[in-house]
Parts: sequence; C-alpha cells; structure tokens
Amino acid sequence: MRRTLVIACTALLAAAAAVAAVAGEQSLTLHEGAGRDLTAGRCAICHSLDYIPNNAPVMDRTGWQKIIQKMRERFGAPISDPEAQQILDYLAGNYAGKS
Amino acid sequence: MTTRRELLLAAAGGWLLGSTAPAGVGALAAEAPGAEPLEALPGKKPLIRRAWRPPNYETPLEGLVPLYTPNDLFFVRYHLAVIPEIDADTWRLKVGGAAAQRPMDLTLHDLKHGFERVTLTAVNQCSGNRRGLFSPRVPGVQWGNGAMGNAEWSGVRLRDVLGKAGVAAGAVEVVFNGADLPVLPATPDFLKSLPIERALDENTLVAFEMNGKALPHLNGAPARLIVPGWTGTYWVKHLTEVRIEPAPFDGFWMKSAYRLPTGAFPSVRFKTQETPETTPITEMLVNSLITSHVNGAHLKRGAHVELAGKAWDGGAGIAAVEVSIDGRQSWQAATLGRDLGRFGWREFRYRLDAPQPGPLTVAVRARSRDGATQPEKLTVNPGGYHDNIVQTVTLDVG
Repeated sequence: MRRTLVIACTALLAAAAAVAAVAGEQSLTLHEGAGRDLTAGRCAICHSLDYIPNNAPVMDRTGWQKIIQKMRERFGAPISDPEAQQILDYLAGNYAGKS
Repeated sequence: MTTRRELLLAAAGGWLLGSTAPAGVGALAAEAPGAEPLEALPGKKPLIRRAWRPPNYETPLEGLVPLYTPNDLFFVRYHLAVIPEIDADTWRLKVGGAAAQRPMDLTLHDLKHGFERVTLTAVNQCSGNRRGLFSPRVPGVQWGNGAMGNAEWSGVRLRDVLGKAGVAAGAVEVVFNGADLPVLPATPDFLKSLPIERALDENTLVAFEMNGKALPHLNGAPARLIVPGWTGTYWVKHLTEVRIEPAPFDGFWMKSAYRLPTGAFPSVRFKTQETPETTPITEMLVNSLITSHVNGAHLKRGAHVELAGKAWDGGAGIAAVEVSIDGRQSWQAATLGRDLGRFGWREFRYRLDAPQPGPLTVAVRARSRDGATQPEKLTVNPGGYHDNIVQTVTLDVG
C-alpha cells in the first residue's frame, strides 16, 4: 500500500513537472542565489514561478514565511522543515520588495 | 490502478507538450519593457497575463468598452492547474447530497431539453478585481480593472434542477464542484457552497451558453454556475456535481478563503458560514469604471470629448452615475445607456469640456437603486476584496 502510494506520488510529480516545463512559463528564470533550484523545484510542482516576482512588491520575510506555511499546511506542498528554511531565506533575500 | 487524476494530468501534459499545442500558447505579443504582458491563450485574443499556471489573465481596458464583453476577451481565472478539456457528450452533472430526495445524473442533453431555458445578462467580477491597485498592497493575484466582464448567459434555473432532485426539509446549503483539480491530492479541491435560499433564487443558473455561443473552455465549458450579483468565486466552472446538504460545508475554499472581516461591508450575509471574526464575500458592491480614458490621456484644449464607462452593483441596479471635474466640489449626472437588467452593467456617457490647459482630474461615482454609493476611502481587508472607491483619472489638456 505504502509502496503504491510512493509510486503514485512519483508519477504525479513527474506529470506535474511535465506540465511545468511548457508554454511561456519556462522563459522565466528566478534570480541567482542559494536555494534557487530548490525553490523553483518545489513551487513549480503546483504553479508557475511568476507568482513569486508578481507578489514580491507585497512581500517581506514575514509575508513569505506565512505563504510557505500556507503552502505546506493548507495545500500539502511536499517541503521538509530544512527545505522550508532554505526557501524562506532565498525568497526573503531575493523577492522581498515590500517597502 | 490509474486514477482519474493521473489520467487528467497525463492528458494535460500531453496536450501541452504535443504537436497539437495551439500556436497562441507562449506567444508574447508586444511585450515592451514595463508594459503589461499580453498573451493569447487557446481560443482567446491577447489578455493581460497575471500568471501562467494556474492561468490568470485579465481583460485589457479596450475589451471592457463593448456593451457585452466578447467571449474571446473574457477574463480567465483558475485556482488549480489541472484543467481537463471535457467531452460534452460524455459529461454528466451529478445532482445529489444528503438532503436530496431523488439523486440523479444529467447529460447535457437532459439539461438542455428537460428544463425551461432562461437567458439573463450579468456581470461576472472576480472577488479580487483591482487587488493590484490596493494601498497598502496585499498578496494574491495582482489584478487591475479587468478581472470582470458582462455577458448574456443562457441555461436553466438551478432551482428547477434542484426541484427535480427533491430538496428535503432541513437543507441549508448547496455545494458545487467543478472538473478542475489540484496537482497534488493533498491540495483542497475547489468546491464552493451557496445558502439554500440563494441556490433556489430564480436568477441562479446552470449555464451552457455565453453571448449566444457554447461556453469557451476557459470560461467553464460545458456548463457553469451563474450567481448574478455575487462575486465570481461562486460561479463554479466545468460544473460536475451539485450537492444539497443539511449542514454547512466545511471545505477550505469556504472556511478559509474568500472571507471578509465580519461587519466590514454592507453586503448580504451568508449566515451558515459566518463566524464572529470573518464572513464569506457575497455580493458585488456598487462600482464604476471609466473605459474611454486612462490616466495621462491627452485632450486638445477646447475640444468636446465624451467620457464613457460602465457602472454595476450586486443586483439592485444602477440609479445614477455622477461626474466631478472640480475636485469633488460638485457632481453632474452622466447619461445612462440601455438597461440590460439589474444584474448587467450600465453604460454611462458624459460630455467633457476642457477649456483650460493643464491637468484635469475627473472623478466618477455610481449610485445603486438601493441608495448605496461608492466610498472615497478603501476598507482595507486581508484578501484585497471589494475595492469600489471613487475612481479618478487625470487628463492632460493642452
């Protein structure tokens, strides 16, 4: 049962990645920085990466922390605690434009 | 065993990756630096892209000029990225729930031929329309003015469908599900509910046509919910299931999203979903939009120009639109266009004289038949909803 679940999840992620790697959204590359690939990889499972720069002007570190928490707890994003910290550091360092 | 979700994901991937991918996908039209990115989705003319996936695209201002917003210019709004193309011949609408006396499945043919056909005009406006204009700004899709449109919707009354299924005494809400799905099974599916009385309102429809044509895929084919007067979040697309329930629905998209501080706005209350702190967004508030001019537009001194736009509300209908050109000291009535019914928007026109060179600030406010007017000050709320403050544009006369 557990094995079936793992296989199903892998299939889902593969399919999701396929959907991600299409259309115009691949033209967007996130800023260079530690944690970029992890951030891009996790976020793009469910949505295109333009949601990040589009919300940057509204965001600060606390804002990103809330969003990451929402994505994990409410939307089931497969992000571990250490990964969440890396993603937070990356987003707060590169996409926190709130003045 | 292959699940429905996996099939849909595979189908979505195949469609997007395959050689049959429509030419419009990813083709950027006239994307100048600083300009809003325009992109044509399949079956659509270029719209302002707010996000690729899930797709969120708004209607450019020019698209809001016609009395009826063309189907191929109508805005696109999704929460979830798996959006199956539905075969209308095999589509079924499942009608049931714990308070349904005679659960049933309907085909599109059943829907079209088993019930009285109804047509009405109504504005469909996203709850978050103008969120991008909020000050202070709030997170979410940063919509401008174009997450809205006005269309003629044809279908059948939800009331008639519910009547056929039998509404048991004690029904309090009706729950709606659409065919769109989350990528991850752990993500809450997009389900919404309505109070039983709004579900049974004669104007709530299950529509299969928009402006006389089959619904476009990205606007909810083959059938969607129409809740005239209420914000777009309730207008569930690609409708697959309707459930009559004896208890309040506790899904994420009702309990935790699309909510306002309780008592902050004068809208109708959705009492079975209300808490002391927050309450679901319901009706649209009275609002207006200038479509003829944008900030900074140049006017020739002495020329007579016509200011024009649209005004709408949550279903009382528009009583008046007023224009001020003296810093809101005095207001003059604009001329109203054809009445499309109380749920449609109302065109307004005002002859503007520009005798003096320099900046000319024009303010517009609409008044509803229930006496509500547009406020001067924004009621800030975490979701960035209900921006209906008086709009101004400053024109450059020279």
